[in-house]
Amino acid sequence: MTYDFQFDAVFASWDYLLDGAWLTVRLSFGAMAIGMVVAILCALGKTSGPKPVRWAINAYIEVIRNTPFLVQIFLIFFGLPTVGLRLSPDMAALIAMVVNVGAYATEIIRAGIESIHKGQIEAGLALGLRPLQVFRHIVLKPALRTVYPALTSQFILLMLSSSVVSAISADELTSVANNIQSQTFRSFEIYIVVTGVYLVLALMFSALFAGIYRLAFAYSIDRR
Amino acid sequence: MIRAFGYNEFLFLLSAVQWTLMLSVIAFIGGGIVGLFVALGRTSDVKPLRLLATGYIQLFQGTPLLMQLFLVFFGATVIGIDMSPWVAAAVGLTLNTSAFLGEIWRGCIQSVPRGQWEAASSLGLRYPGLMRYVILPQAVKVAVPPTVGYLVQVIKGTSLAAIIGFVELTRAGQIVNNATFQPFLVFGIVAAIYFALCWPLSLLSQRLEARYAAPSR
Repeated sequence: MTYDFQFDAVFASWDYLLDGAWLTVRLSFGAMAIGMVVAILCALGKTSGPKPVRWAINAYIEVIRNTPFLVQIFLIFFGLPTVGLRLSPDMAALIAMVVNVGAYATEIIRAGIESIHKGQIEAGLALGLRPLQVFRHIVLKPALRTVYPALTSQFILLMLSSSVVSAISADELTSVANNIQSQTFRSFEIYIVVTGVYLVLALMFSALFAGIYRLAFAYSIDRR
Repeated sequence: MIRAFGYNEFLFLLSAVQWTLMLSVIAFIGGGIVGLFVALGRTSDVKPLRLLATGYIQLFQGTPLLMQLFLVFFGATVIGIDMSPWVAAAVGLTLNTSAFLGEIWRGCIQSVPRGQWEAASSLGLRYPGLMRYVILPQAVKVAVPPTVGYLVQVIKGTSLAAIIGFVELTRAGQIVNNATFQPFLVFGIVAAIYFALCWPLSLLSQRLEARYAAPSR
């Protein structure tokens, strides 16, 4: 046990690491934003769409939730070019993350939508709101409020699992770490630092989500 | 030389399933044993134990599984052990699984009503007996559906062992793809095999949840 830790090799390339972390953050937020749109549309389709639509959305959810993210990335990055759709690693990573988080978020939001009482919707319609207004103000917002904790922990999981996209060398944090590792051979040092960065990112994400909750959902409700 | 995807390639993929399953079983059993202690620590009355278990869970839930595997794999070299990717994957997945199962089971233990704890201790049961005969048997019933559901995460998680070079299903897929260059077909089959392993467990978990939830509604 006479290992000589050398962290200077890691900190020498701190700007490179920062670039990687920044891409991780951008990929995560991009995937969250687009994934939310996908998830809201799918949740709407699953709760009130015609049967073929419901069936297709179900198939999407089950396939994504029961196969590994890594295999999904490989299918998108290596598979799509064979049908003529060539993607950069970053683009493939973003698409894979959107497709993945979309499936999980659909199930979460669907549960939220189903928790809204039918009477609420009828009351909204009776007050003369248009269906879209009813959906936005009476269904979606309280639904999102109910499932907010589940949704945000899914988003943090997404950020963490984005490290897997290093397998197709998108230039995010883990990829950067791999590159530094292959130049300096200080494997343990680099990965311990990067693990720390992920932990800090996860804590920052949950602080941010708590802030958003306070801004967007902190009204008092009494459903009874 | 590009080979065609044939029966042999398919058999190679199928035979790699055993390693995925082996890794899943080890991670699940190992993670279950460690996870039980994590859950007990997390619900303990002793504050240092509780803090330790909370920190352990935070650490593993707040960092990527891939980083954990890398750290085990390269960390072993640091303390002078030459660890094969197979052992590193098993150890890494066990630790990760234990943190997640520990947190799931914490909720199950805490779902047992406080009165049960009080009744058991007023009957003179000390902690080991109280846990073994009163609390855990009731907690297990609540724990079964989410635990079966988590098994799906464990199986999917084993795919990351491919990145540190252990030949399980996903790595086998990469190898076959490198030889045949038919990514859609190869990874499609790989995905289908994972689906065949995971979907029944997902359905079982949902069914169990519906069954256990019914009486309390």
